[in-house]
Amino acid sequence: MSIQSARKDLILMVVFIAAVLTMPIWLAPVGASYPDLLQKFAIFGIFAIGFNILFGLTGYLSFGHAAFLGVGSYAAVWSFKLLTMNVIPAIIFGTVLAGIFAVLIGFVSLRRSGIYFSILTLAFAQMSYNMAYSVLTPVTNGETGLQLEQSDPRIFDAAATGSGLPSTELFGMKMSGYPGFYFCAVLLILAFFVSLRIFRSPFGMKLAAIKSNQVRMSYTGFNTRPYLLVAFVISGMYAGLAGSLLAATDPLAGAERMQWTASGEVVLMTILGGLGTLIGPLLGAGLIKYFENIFSAYNEQVLHEIFSFLPQFMENFMVFIVNPFVGEGWHLTLGALFMIIVIFLPGGIMEGFAKIAAWFKKRGNKSDDDDAAAPAKAQTSEG
Amino acid sequence: MSESENIVLNVSGVNKTFGGLQALSDINLKIKEGETHAIIGPNGAGKSTMLNVCVGRLVPDSGSVMFGDVPLTGKTPYEINQVGVARVFQTPEIFPELTLLQNVIVPALAKRDGNFKFNAFKPLSAEKELIEEAEHVLEDLGLEDQRHDISASMSRGDKRRLELAMCLIQHPKLLLLDEPTAGMARHDTNRTIEILKRIKSRGMTKVIIEHDMHVVFSLADHISVLAQGAIIADGKPDDVRGNPKVQEAYLGGAHL
Ligand SMILES: Nc1ncnc2c1ncn2[C@@H]1O[C@H](COP(=O)(O)OP(=O)(O)O)[C@@H](O)[C@H]1O
Ligand SMILES: [Mg+2]
Repeated sequence: MSIQSARKDLILMVVFIAAVLTMPIWLAPVGASYPDLLQKFAIFGIFAIGFNILFGLTGYLSFGHAAFLGVGSYAAVWSFKLLTMNVIPAIIFGTVLAGIFAVLIGFVSLRRSGIYFSILTLAFAQMSYNMAYSVLTPVTNGETGLQLEQSDPRIFDAAATGSGLPSTELFGMKMSGYPGFYFCAVLLILAFFVSLRIFRSPFGMKLAAIKSNQVRMSYTGFNTRPYLLVAFVISGMYAGLAGSLLAATDPLAGAERMQWTASGEVVLMTILGGLGTLIGPLLGAGLIKYFENIFSAYNEQVLHEIFSFLPQFMENFMVFIVNPFVGEGWHLTLGALFMIIVIFLPGGIMEGFAKIAAWFKKRGNKSDDDDAAAPAKAQTSEG
Repeated sequence: MSESENIVLNVSGVNKTFGGLQALSDINLKIKEGETHAIIGPNGAGKSTMLNVCVGRLVPDSGSVMFGDVPLTGKTPYEINQVGVARVFQTPEIFPELTLLQNVIVPALAKRDGNFKFNAFKPLSAEKELIEEAEHVLEDLGLEDQRHDISASMSRGDKRRLELAMCLIQHPKLLLLDEPTAGMARHDTNRTIEILKRIKSRGMTKVIIEHDMHVVFSLADHISVLAQGAIIADGKPDDVRGNPKVQEAYLGGAHL
């Protein structure tokens, strides 16, 4: 979107790679360094980065991106069932199939803009969700969800039949635990790199211009529809990749992954982190998954233990207040957090960082000014 | 016929009604290559509607608009731009969230890439020629000092000038200007006249809608007068100036 020097972007990329690969180390102090959570950070980071290419660059707000997440998961599990437990075909299959779905849904939804576009995407996602439970049961296995079975053909793995269910692997390496995280991390880095290239490219600039003034765009000679469709499909493929990675690290897929709350979550991640910024959506995804992990683990009993240092009636009172916000009620906390951010920091966490940076800069300048002003003042008073 | 060969824009028999209002009635207009053709007339005469029909914002009820041999009626705005018609709007249409430089680069990309191209691999910063050209055009219009500012914060006059820069970088064959100096201070107006005179020497055909008679008479080779959707006079500036029908339309229009 902006005209940045290649050097700055190279530095950004190097820092990003280092930060992602060392996540198990620097996230340890906050208790977020275990593989399951790290995998989630990376996977939902990819989801949010892709969503930002559509929503952040073009301004088109999709409320149905979870459908692509679901499609990616189902496709990946089918790849595990039919072809091989190797994750490479699974994620390719998941990403491509989500892309095909995105072409169809995008083609129809992009006939409208603004709220009508959002509603159309929401309708498509809810349709997919309902169909996964009903007519598509042979493909999705309905409410039970799609799982691996002993009797699956797995035509490329036929030789290596063992007892019990096989696990997902990358050329012999099991895709659970830290190897699973590093696999997701490499894809996150790749996903970020592609997003960075798009942001800096003429194509990205045109998307930003569409967001800014679509009328001017058409009188400037651009056919805006295919630009929007390409952005929509790219972000759908990111969602498909994220969905297939969810299946790659834990090979099952359920329709709840397509529910509208999941679509809403990625919107929250993007806005919370900073809409249209490169890093923001990733931070938003990490923050939401981190807090979800903490808050949903609490229950009444745990709260009683936490507040046990208080007198009995105070303890009961605190538990009474806090309980609705944790466990199942974690979404209440998320809602409150979201409201606070939107009201006080509409640019999300990234705006918060920018404000802090500006404040430090101002403070720095001010003390410089004071130093510079002091001798001048002394001189005038002498003269 | 050699006469018709250098007609750039040929509007013939165009009618347009809005509900019961006849906004354009049987408009015939021929714009010659290289000339600056002014369209004047009181408020609500149908001048902007005329341009809207030319750029594909409105479809005429009847009649046709030809750009050289290319029919413009029925084409979309982007197709019309791609054949070489650019327009400055009455209320500036710019990209308010982008910097001035970016505002000018986008139309340059349209000129180079056509109406669609997926170029997401080479960074924009590597497009040295394009950036240089954009900077050059901004310099031409005296906007180079603000090139890294966000355009939303500019004055109205500067926004109009920016929009002009966005059109000029495309080197259109035909430039349509809808009141390019409206709401500008005198010195800003003079500056815009200077710029328009300069591009006139480059041989670009222009249609300019203008209220300011000072602007009209200092720029136009040919003037058409529009009143209540019809062309009531048409000719060289001196002929039009003395035309009693024009004076009536103007005085009547202004005082009623
Ligand atoms: N899109 C529209 N819908 C309905 N009426 C319109 C529309 N555009 C213009 N008009 C009407 O047509 C007449 C001519 O308008 P316009 O071409 O803008 O005049 P002007 O000569 O001042 O540019 C006016 O009476 C205006 O109200
Ligand atoms: Mg007008």
